[in-house]
Amino acid sequence: MIERTPILNVATHVIMFSGLLLLLVPVWFAFVASTHTMQAVNAIPPEFLPGDQFFTNIEAAWTRADFATKFVNSMIVAVGVVVGKVAIAAITAFSIVFFNYRLRQLAFWMVFITLMLPLEVRIVPTFAVAANALSPFQVLMNLFGITALVEAVSGVRVELNWNLLNSYTGLILPLVATATGTFLYRQFFLTIPDELVEAAKMDGAGPIRFLRDTLIPLSKTNMAALATIMFVFAWNQYLWPLLVITDTANFGVVVVELGRLIPDMTTTGGGIPEWHTAMAATLIVMVPPLLVVVLMQRWFVRGLINTDK
Amino acid sequence: MAQIGIRGVRKSYGKTQVVHGVDVDIVDGEFVVILGPSGCGKSTLLRMIAGLEEITAGEISIDGEVVNELEPRERGCAMVFQNYALYPHMTVAQNIGYSLKVAGVPRATRDQRVLETARTIGLVDFLDRKPGQLSGGQRQRVAMGRAMIREPRVFLFDEPLSNLDAKLRVQMRLEIRRLHQRLRATSVFVTHDQVEAMTLADRLIVMNEGHIDQIGTPSEVYGLPASRYVGGFIGSPPMNFLDVTVGGDGGHVVVGDGQHLSIDPAIGAGLVGQTVEVGIRPEHVTVGHRAGGSTLTAAFDFMEDLGAGRLFHGRLGGADFIVHSPEHRPPAFGEEIPLHIPRDAVHLFDPQTGKRVAAQPVVQAAAA
Ligand SMILES: Nc1ncnc2c1ncn2[C@@H]1O[C@H](COP(=O)(O)OP(=O)(O)OP(=O)(O)O)[C@@H](O)[C@H]1O
Ligand SMILES: [Mg+2]
Repeated sequence: MIERTPILNVATHVIMFSGLLLLLVPVWFAFVASTHTMQAVNAIPPEFLPGDQFFTNIEAAWTRADFATKFVNSMIVAVGVVVGKVAIAAITAFSIVFFNYRLRQLAFWMVFITLMLPLEVRIVPTFAVAANALSPFQVLMNLFGITALVEAVSGVRVELNWNLLNSYTGLILPLVATATGTFLYRQFFLTIPDELVEAAKMDGAGPIRFLRDTLIPLSKTNMAALATIMFVFAWNQYLWPLLVITDTANFGVVVVELGRLIPDMTTTGGGIPEWHTAMAATLIVMVPPLLVVVLMQRWFVRGLINTDK
Repeated sequence: MAQIGIRGVRKSYGKTQVVHGVDVDIVDGEFVVILGPSGCGKSTLLRMIAGLEEITAGEISIDGEVVNELEPRERGCAMVFQNYALYPHMTVAQNIGYSLKVAGVPRATRDQRVLETARTIGLVDFLDRKPGQLSGGQRQRVAMGRAMIREPRVFLFDEPLSNLDAKLRVQMRLEIRRLHQRLRATSVFVTHDQVEAMTLADRLIVMNEGHIDQIGTPSEVYGLPASRYVGGFIGSPPMNFLDVTVGGDGGHVVVGDGQHLSIDPAIGAGLVGQTVEVGIRPEHVTVGHRAGGSTLTAAFDFMEDLGAGRLFHGRLGGADFIVHSPEHRPPAFGEEIPLHIPRDAVHLFDPQTGKRVAAQPVVQAAAA
C-alpha cells in the first residue's frame, strides 16, 4: 500500500508512542521503586530516576518471599499446565476433526461453550471437586443404587475419596482443559487436505501413527503459540492457588507470594509500606513469562498468522 | 499382480445413488482406464477399490478375496492422488519410504529400496529436498515412487496428471506407460481426458452418470461405440449425429432434406420406416466424389486450419456437420460441397435408449 499522507503518518506515530508510553511508564516506576531505600520510595515528591539499592532489594525480596522454593513450584505448575493443555487440545481436536461419530459436533460445541465458563465463574464447584476428585462418581453411584448394591452384597460401604488440595495435581488439573486450544487446533486440522489423510491410510498408517508422524510435526508452530499463551496464563494464576493451597511453605507459587509482599489495607491493615521490596519481587516474577515470550516470539507469531505448509 | 472383480457395485451418499451397479473384471497385469466426464462416479469407483469409500452394495474382490470389509492397508493397493498428497514436512526420501517405515522394515533395507525407487523415477539427486522445493512434475514422480516402493498388487491413479502442463503431461504419460510395461502390475487409472485414456489403456471403461456404457480396447471403443454417448465422447472433433428414417429395403436412410445415405442392409432390414440416429466420424468423411458408399451434399460454413488437416464446418440435413479432411481448396461460404461417406462409417443408434443398433456383435454393452 503506497500512501502519501504525512499528517496521517504523524498521527499514527503519535498514537503509537502514547500507547507505548502508557504501557512502559508503570513498569519504569516499578523499576525505579525497586532501586531505592524504603525512605526514598515513600518520599514526596517521588523519585523518577533509579537509585543504587537494586541488588539489595532484589536479594531482600528473594529471601523474604522464599522464592527459591516458590519458583520451582510455579515452574512445575506452569509447565504442567502447558503440557497438559497442549496434549489435551491436540487429542480433542484430533477426535473432533478426523473421526466420524454421532454427536461430534455437539461435543465440539460443548467444549466451545466452556469458553464462557472460566475458572473464576465455577470456582466453588471446582473447589468441591478438588476436595474430593471422585465425588462426582460417588454421586452417580449413589444415584444408580450401585453403592447400595455393593453394600448389600459385600457389606462394605464404598466411599470414594481423592483429595487434591495442597498438591501439584490440584494446582494443575483444573487448569488443563482448554477450549481456546481445542479451537486453535481444530482450525488447523481443518486445513489438512483430505488427500493427505487418505495417502497416510494407503501407506498403512493408523490414526495414532498419522497423529504422531504427520499432524504433530505439521502443527509445531501452533503448538508453540498455544504453549506461549498458556505459559503466561498459568504462571499468572492467582485465585486458584490461593484457594487450594493452604500449605504455602511447600506448595505456594510466586504470584500468590507476591501478593503477600504488597502492603495492603485489608489484610495487613497497612503495615510497613515496603514498596521497594514488593517492586523488586514483581520484577523477578515477571522474568520467566517475559523470557518465554521473547524466545518463542518468532514461532508464536507464525503459529497465529499462518501455518507453513 | 492381481486380478480385480467388481460385481454389482453401488454407491449411495445418503439417498442419492452415484454409482448404479457396476460389473467389471480386470485381468492380472492389465492397465485399465476409467474414462468419463466430471461427476460420473469414476473417482468414487476407484476409491471403493482402494478402500477409502464404503461399498453400499455389491462386492469387490482382489485375487478372489472379497475385500469389502478390509482396511485400505490390507488390500495391497497403492494410490497416486491428483494433488500428489505428499507429506509436506518429510523429505523426498522419507515420503517414498514412509510406507516401509510404517510396516517396520529395518532402516538399511529401507534406504536401499528408497534409493532403487528413486533411481527408477530419476530423483536420486532430490532425495533430501522437501516437496515444497520440487516442481509439479517432480512431485508427481515422488507420488509415483511412494506408490511403487510398496510393490503393490494394484496401482490406482486418480487423475494424476491433470495438474501438470500439457507438455509434462505427455511426458509423464509415457513414463507411466513405460513403468507399467516393466512392472506389469494391475493398474486402474481414472481420467476425463480421452487422449490420455486412449494412449494408456489396455482396456477402457467408459462411464456415464454412474453406469458403465462400454468396456473394450481403445480401438473397439472408437470403432464400435456401444452408445450414442460413447460415440460422442470419444474422438475429436466429436461424431456428427443426424436424425434419419430408414428407407426402402433397409439399404439406406433418408436424411432430413431427403438425401439418401446408404447403410448396411443387414442392420437396416429390420428397421424399415423407423426413426434412428446415425453417427458419422468427421475423419471418415472425405470432401469430393468417390466410388462406393454414398455422396451427399452439404452447405459449407467455414473452415478451421489445423495444419495437419482441415476441419470443414457445414450443414447437412438441418444439422451441423463437421468433416476432417486434408482437402486444400477452401470453398466459398454457402457453397454446396460433395461429401463422400463410406457405408461402414455409418453408426446407427436407437434414439430412445441411445444404444447402438447393430447386426454385428457389439463387444460388450453394460447392463443398466
Ligand atoms: N462425499 C460425498 N457426498 C455426496 N455426494 C458425493 C460425495 N462425493 C462425491 N459425490 C457425488 O458423487 C458423484 C460422483 O463423484 P466422483 O467424485 O466419483 O466424480 P468423478 O467422476 O471423479 O468426477 P471428477 O472428474 O470431477 O473428479 C458426483 O455427482 C458427486 O457430487
Ligand atoms: Mg474425480
